[in-house]
Amino acid sequence: MAVSADICKELDSFRLDIHFRSSARRIGILGASGCGKSMTLKSIAGIVTPDEGHIEIGGRVLFDTGKPGKKAAKRVNLKPRMRNVGYLFQNYALFPTMTVEQNIAAGLKGSRREKEKRVRQMVEKFRLEGLEKRLPGRLSGGQQQRVALARIMAYEPEVILLDEPFSALDMFLKDQLQRELMEMLEDYRGTVIMVSHNRDEIYRFSEEVIVIDSGKIVAAGPTEELFKNPVSREAARLTGCKNFSRIVRVDAHTVQASDWGVTLELDREVPEDASWIGYRAHDFIPVWGEREKNMIPFDLADSAALPFERNYYIRPESARDDAIRTGVPRGDAIPAGAPRGDAVRANGLRSDVICWFVQREELQVLEERGMPDYLAFDEDAVLFLQ
Amino acid sequence: MDEIMQIIEELDWSPLFISLKTGVVATVISFFLGIFAARKVVKASPGKKAVIDGILTLPMVLPPTVAGFFLLLLFSRRRPLGEFLFDEFGFKVVQTWLGCVIAATVIAFPLMYRNARAAMEQIDENLVYAGRTLGMSDMAIFWKVVVPTAGPGIASGTILTFARALGEYGATSMLAGNIPGKTGTISQKIAMVIQDGDYLTAGIWVAVVMVIAFVVIFLMNLISGKKMKNVGRW
Repeated sequence: MAVSADICKELDSFRLDIHFRSSARRIGILGASGCGKSMTLKSIAGIVTPDEGHIEIGGRVLFDTGKPGKKAAKRVNLKPRMRNVGYLFQNYALFPTMTVEQNIAAGLKGSRREKEKRVRQMVEKFRLEGLEKRLPGRLSGGQQQRVALARIMAYEPEVILLDEPFSALDMFLKDQLQRELMEMLEDYRGTVIMVSHNRDEIYRFSEEVIVIDSGKIVAAGPTEELFKNPVSREAARLTGCKNFSRIVRVDAHTVQASDWGVTLELDREVPEDASWIGYRAHDFIPVWGEREKNMIPFDLADSAALPFERNYYIRPESARDDAIRTGVPRGDAIPAGAPRGDAVRANGLRSDVICWFVQREELQVLEERGMPDYLAFDEDAVLFLQ
Repeated sequence: MDEIMQIIEELDWSPLFISLKTGVVATVISFFLGIFAARKVVKASPGKKAVIDGILTLPMVLPPTVAGFFLLLLFSRRRPLGEFLFDEFGFKVVQTWLGCVIAATVIAFPLMYRNARAAMEQIDENLVYAGRTLGMSDMAIFWKVVVPTAGPGIASGTILTFARALGEYGATSMLAGNIPGKTGTISQKIAMVIQDGDYLTAGIWVAVVMVIAFVVIFLMNLISGKKMKNVGRW
């Protein structure tokens, strides 16, 4: 079921301007809160009306304002209930005064017997036996999700829209419900579009990803490819990249990462339009001993211990040399009169701080050998960004 | 004691029935009108909302005698509307039981409307959107989802409306007057016997009113309490 959407909407000072088409069965929309991803979904469902645009699912036009200059009579704006689109709300939006059965039957048409039969099928399929007469307030989170999905599936929508389905859940429940949801959607033949600010959810779920930043699409493409090569800085940041530096392209295989004070010599060719590089915090390789190419010496600025990994915040040594040269006080050299906390905090937020995240297995090595002398860049992991 | 028994035996019970009848009818009318108005106002644009809300709430804020004054102006048979109602339908409002009902409805209506509105505004709008995407008509969403979900607020609005309608005095006395056996409500009866210095009879009526009020509130709490227990935190 091909989905095509062109949506323009102005809201206060925010402007949503989204254009995409995709024939993937599982589409993920990734973006920070307030970037317009939910509004995109609501526009498709017909809950929000765009100022201008064209929305089409499998060749069926749901919304169309036509080209500028076209007659107003040509406008199409199907009511939500005519769109045949299922919408899973973040809080599931189950009707609190209706039982599970009544919730599932809420939107069904047809005779009483047909409805009952359909409800029974759904109850069975979504493993809700024994809960038919319960009210939603008496269900667990997982059961609520199943009821909400059963209610949507009951009328066989062509497209299912998932609006941040897991963001209000704790970690344990989240993982469980993600697995459940994917299992339940497995044999669903229509298109599913999921919106989330969580890159893990999106990566796990979607075949194709659309990355939105302040109302615009900054990247789109097959999931794995996009995570490997996000192309734009915003997309890289949203897919979880922590470290960025401006670059000066020296030649086809050499770039100077000016924010980190390191020159990288690569076998890969540096794209000519790249103006930034990104490097994921997990991809640094610790090196003990001699300095070779593509390595940086560093000072530890701060660290944070997490259950399964440790986050180090480091500062490249060359940056310190620069600072000494330019006379900017850094590190322990606290300007006279400044309280210490402020100085540390200010340093911690400086863009020359690099995040290096070390996972458990690697951490053991670190504990045995001490802090490495250098961090090496893995050439394949360097992201060239516009 | 004997004196009280004697008074009770000889008591004319008509004010009780007039008040109850008025209260019930006014509450039923306010119930539907209030919910209807709340639905309209919730959906209206902010500017319209402020104006309509102001007008609908006015009877609650104004002294009942002022409301009674306006009602008298409106329904007097020497005025266009009153004349029209009498000529076309034979409706007499002033000095009739119909007047009692209209006065009580106008005064008590804002309580119903405001409670219903507050309850509806608190409903998660996603419920309405969910209904729409599920293919429910707006009417079905309203009566099957919005009203039941707003149930507790609507129930408390109904209690307050009934209580207010039952005790209405100011506007009723102006529009309907105090005709024994016809428009003489309990409130008016109490005021009247007090003027005669008959504190004992007044006291009996006061006791009657208190019993009714308590029973109504008790019943309503029972009903809404039972419902809420099943709904849980929703």
